[in-house]
Amino acid sequence: MAALILATSLEGGHAFSLEPYRVVADAIPEPLGGRVGDPRRGARILRDREVGNCLICHSLDDPSERFQGELGPALDGIGARLSEGQIRLRIVDSLRLNEATLMPSYYRVEGLRRVAPQYRGKPILDAQQVEDLVAYLASLRG
Amino acid sequence: MRLPASLAALLLILPAATAAEIRPGRDFLSPELRALQEDEARHPGMLWVEQGEEVWRRTPALDKPSCAGCHGDAAGTMRGVATRYPMVDRASGRLLNLELRIEQCRMERQGQPAFGYESPELLALTAYIAYQSRSLPMTVRIDGAAAPFFDAGRAFFHERQGQLNLACSQCHDDNAGRRLRGDVISNGVGTGFPAYRLEWNAVGSLHRRLRACSLGVRAVQFDYGSPDYLNLELYLAWRARGLPMEAPAVRR
Ligand code: HEC
Ligand code: HEC
Repeated sequence: MAALILATSLEGGHAFSLEPYRVVADAIPEPLGGRVGDPRRGARILRDREVGNCLICHSLDDPSERFQGELGPALDGIGARLSEGQIRLRIVDSLRLNEATLMPSYYRVEGLRRVAPQYRGKPILDAQQVEDLVAYLASLRG
Repeated sequence: MRLPASLAALLLILPAATAAEIRPGRDFLSPELRALQEDEARHPGMLWVEQGEEVWRRTPALDKPSCAGCHGDAAGTMRGVATRYPMVDRASGRLLNLELRIEQCRMERQGQPAFGYESPELLALTAYIAYQSRSLPMTVRIDGAAAPFFDAGRAFFHERQGQLNLACSQCHDDNAGRRLRGDVISNGVGTGFPAYRLEWNAVGSLHRRLRACSLGVRAVQFDYGSPDYLNLELYLAWRARGLPMEAPAVRR
C-alpha cells in the first residue's frame, strides 16, 4: 500500500498548539484562527499524495486523477450539500460526528494511540491547510 | 416450515457473502497477477524457492548437519508445517513464526550465527518451506499457551492507531474489495508471505508488509520479529483458518 500520506519529515518539531474553535450543531462556523482559505491551494492539497491525499479514499470527477478511492463519499458538488462550517468540522474532527468513522481527524492531536514518533503531538494538516481545503470544497457546487 | 416475518425479512436483506467472510488474498488480485502467481515457470518468487532449496542442502560447517541432514526431503517432512505457524515453542514459552523457528535451528542445532530477519538466506528458506504447504489449509492453534498471544493480536487488530487513527479491521474487515487509490483492499490475511511484491521488486516477509501498513496510518513501525507483530501474525493466521497457504504469493 502506498502510504496514506507519505512522511514529510517533521522530526524535532516543537509542540504544536491548535487554534481553539467552537462547534455549533454539526459545524465549526468560524475559520480556524480567522485565516482566509485559498481554493487553488486547497485543490492542490486535496490531490497531493504527500499532503492531503484525500483521493486515496474519495473520488472527484477529474479524469487527470487516475487512481481514486472508494471508501468515502464522492466530493463532487459537496459545496452545494454542506455549508463551509459543516465541511470544516468534517475535516477537523469527523470523530465528533461518528465515533466509528473512517474519515481521519485532520486537526486533532489528543486521544491518538501509537503515533509514529515524527508525527506525535502534531495534527495531520495545519490550520491554513484546513482553511484552503474548506475554501476549495465549498467552491465545488456543480 | 413458516419463518417468522422478521426473520424472513432478515434473510432477504442479508447478502450472500457476509462481512465476516474472510477471503484468500488471490481473490483480490488482478487477473494478470493471479496468473503470474499460479504459473511457476513465470513466478518471480520461485527464484527464492530455488535458492532456499540450495540453503536447505548446504552443510553450514564441517561437523554440522545441513537442514536436509536432519529433516531429509522437505517435500515430505515440511509438507503442512507452515500452516501451523506461528506456534508456541514448548521449551522457551515464546511465540515463534516460521522465520524464528528456522533461526532457532540455525543457532541451536547448526551452531551458526542467525541469518537475520529479512536476510536473503532466511527469506529463501522461509519461502522454500512455506512452498511445501502451498494450497494446504491454515491450521494454527490458539488454545492453551497460545491464548494470551492470540488475545493480544486480536486486540491490536481492532485498535485504532497512528496519526490517521485507523484500525486494521476498518480496512481489512469493513472495506475489503474497495479501492484505496490503486490498491484493492483484501482481507489482509498473511497466507501469501513471504511474497514477491512488485513494489519491492523482491520477496519480503509478512513483517515487512505489516510495517508498510503501520506506516500507512502513520503509526509506530515495530521491529521485524517483534512480539507485537508476532501476536498479530497469530491472529491473522487464525482469521485465515481453512484458507489455502499461498506463499510465495505475487502482490502489487
Ligand atoms: C481513510 C479514508 C479517508 C480519507 C483519507 C479521507 N476521507 Fe473524507 N471521508 C471518509 C469517509 C468514510 C467519510 C464518510 C463519513 C463517515 O462515515 O463518518 C468521509 C467524509 C468526508 C466529508 C463529508 C462528506 C459528505 O458527503 O458528508 C468530507 C467533506 C471529507 N470527507 C473530506 C475529506 C478531505 C478534504 C480529506 C483529505 C484532507 C479526506 N476527506 C480524507 C474517508 C476518508
Ligand atoms: C487505510 C487502510 C489500511 C489499514 C488501516 C491497514 N491496511 Fe493492511 N493493507 C491495505 C492495503 C491497501 C493493502 C494492499 C492490498 C491488499 O493486499 O489488501 C494492505 C495489505 C495488507 C496485507 C497483505 C495482504 C496480502 O495478501 O498481500 C496484510 C497482511 C495487511 N495489510 C495487514 C494489516 C494489518 C495487520 C493492519 C493493522 C496494523 C493493517 N493491514 C492496516 C490497507 C490498510
